[in-house]
Amino acid sequence: MRTSEEKRFQLIGNIVMIILSATALLPMLLLVISSFTDNDTLVQNGYSFFPAKLSIAAYTYIFSSGNSVIQAYGVSIVLTVVGTTCSLVITTLLAYALAKKGLPGKGFLNFYVVFTMLFNGGLVPTYINYTNTFNIKNTFWALLVPSLLANGFNIMLMKSYFVSPIPDEIEEAAFIDGASEFTVFSKIVIPLSKPIVATIGLFAGIAYWNDWQNGYIYLTTRTDLYSIQNLLNRMIQNIQFLTQNSTSVGNSSVALSTIPSVSVRMAMAVVGVIPIVVVYPFIQNNFVKGITLGGVKG
Amino acid sequence: MSAAKSTAVTGKKKRWVKFKRFLPVYLMALPGVVYLFINNYMPLPGLVLAFKNYSARKGIFGSDWVGLENFKYLFSTSDAFIITRNTICYNVAFIVVNLVCAVAVAIILSEMTGKGKKFYQSAILLPYLISYVIISYLVFAFLSTENGFINNTILKALGIESISWYTEKKYWPFILVFVNTWRCVGYNCIIYLSTILGLHRPYYEAAAIDGATKWQQITKITIPMLRPTMIMLTLMAVGRIFYSDFGLFYQVPRNSGTLLSVTNTIDTYVYRGLLELGDISMSAAAGVYQSLVGFVLVLGANTLVRKIDKDSALF
Repeated sequence: MRTSEEKRFQLIGNIVMIILSATALLPMLLLVISSFTDNDTLVQNGYSFFPAKLSIAAYTYIFSSGNSVIQAYGVSIVLTVVGTTCSLVITTLLAYALAKKGLPGKGFLNFYVVFTMLFNGGLVPTYINYTNTFNIKNTFWALLVPSLLANGFNIMLMKSYFVSPIPDEIEEAAFIDGASEFTVFSKIVIPLSKPIVATIGLFAGIAYWNDWQNGYIYLTTRTDLYSIQNLLNRMIQNIQFLTQNSTSVGNSSVALSTIPSVSVRMAMAVVGVIPIVVVYPFIQNNFVKGITLGGVKG
Repeated sequence: MSAAKSTAVTGKKKRWVKFKRFLPVYLMALPGVVYLFINNYMPLPGLVLAFKNYSARKGIFGSDWVGLENFKYLFSTSDAFIITRNTICYNVAFIVVNLVCAVAVAIILSEMTGKGKKFYQSAILLPYLISYVIISYLVFAFLSTENGFINNTILKALGIESISWYTEKKYWPFILVFVNTWRCVGYNCIIYLSTILGLHRPYYEAAAIDGATKWQQITKITIPMLRPTMIMLTLMAVGRIFYSDFGLFYQVPRNSGTLLSVTNTIDTYVYRGLLELGDISMSAAAGVYQSLVGFVLVLGANTLVRKIDKDSALF
């Protein structure tokens, strides 16, 4: 009796999970299939899992030269690499200081970080600060700096990791041997904290790759600085503009023809998610571990 | 007296030695401190904008004071009510739906013995890693009026008229809750799953020997044991109830004007006021309203969490 109940549970569990997994994955499959669908078929028959005619025209268009996709892709890659590196350096160094035993003024430093998690000025003051004081509008800085470089949550998460698993004796022994603060940090603390460094790096990397808001808010004229997400976003904007103003815009058909076809847009979206999907199997464990480490604070 | 003086001197000296010893640590903290100053502290004086009639020519501090006029105006419009209602109601729906789904999925996954477990977990976590711009493309592939999958394939097969999804308000509360759950359930179930896996197995063995069914084990052991985690996560979410995910409410409805009354939240309102309508003072007022109420709620939630479990508190 016990085993039959167990079997029934496993069966129902599997059915539920298969439905959920399909719900998670099918939209992405539809995206991929429509990027390989012939554009006329797509416009005529709509998005379909079993298109009448396949085509790779969208991809040959994307990867043909003189195309903004390749440039945007380059921006995304540079942004993610530079952003993740800077973010990791800033976060680990500050977390190390916060974890330092007996550091005078640590209470204040702690409050300084925690306060940023509790209260923030919001979009308007931040926007004015960055545009008027720092003039980062329409520069690469606009993609890199606002909101993403370091945040209190990651700093505190890393600090709590630095505090616990590294025995004080190791650090003390190193200091007695004449090691400098930075040597202890780079040769002992960081190597012993690889899991958390990998996790925070992952959070930062994904955030940079997926970010579209900074570009949307701060890049108004420099479309050459668009990341792949901004490029995808602009196409949505253009289509909205044309459909909303189709009567007032005289040459809407001409304007529409300059917007990439449906299948090209789908191909660009596919290209935008591919890096995530490719690294996903390698990062998943670290990602899950990081969320568990963050615990309920997440 | 001289003894007192000399201890004062050595005290000073000691402090200097200590400071010198920790100088490298301060230097290491510097980049982060400077960044948080620029990103989080420097904008704070800009909050006064909410009490001013902003003119770009006069700048933030030169603009004329108007007292609470911006707030009076904001709360006299229906916008204030709509954005507050939307932000809170959606968050409440998210909290309830996410709690139920995440716990259910975590329990199923934890009891699973087959090989599929790892695959299922990977599959449902994947949407969390995709940007809202791309999610907006995915949703559009299903909901597009002319060639969306739902209108063209599902509704056609059922013989139902096409629906103009992006102009019909009544569907959007469900669509947004669905998209949010779709994106977050894999993420949300992780903490519950790890909590369950950390539970004491002998409880279950003892229960099984006493003849408890699986269902009884789940309702009598697993769920009660998950209660502290559920309470913590819910309190944390309640603390963030005045904030909304800008990407979800701005990208997924594709900024559709006709849907505004059911998709506009405080965050999207502030954004539109600042960058689309140029109504900076109003936008700043809504921002201050969000920051202040949000601050009180986070503080309150954290105080409660602290009372229950000190380690789980944010600070």
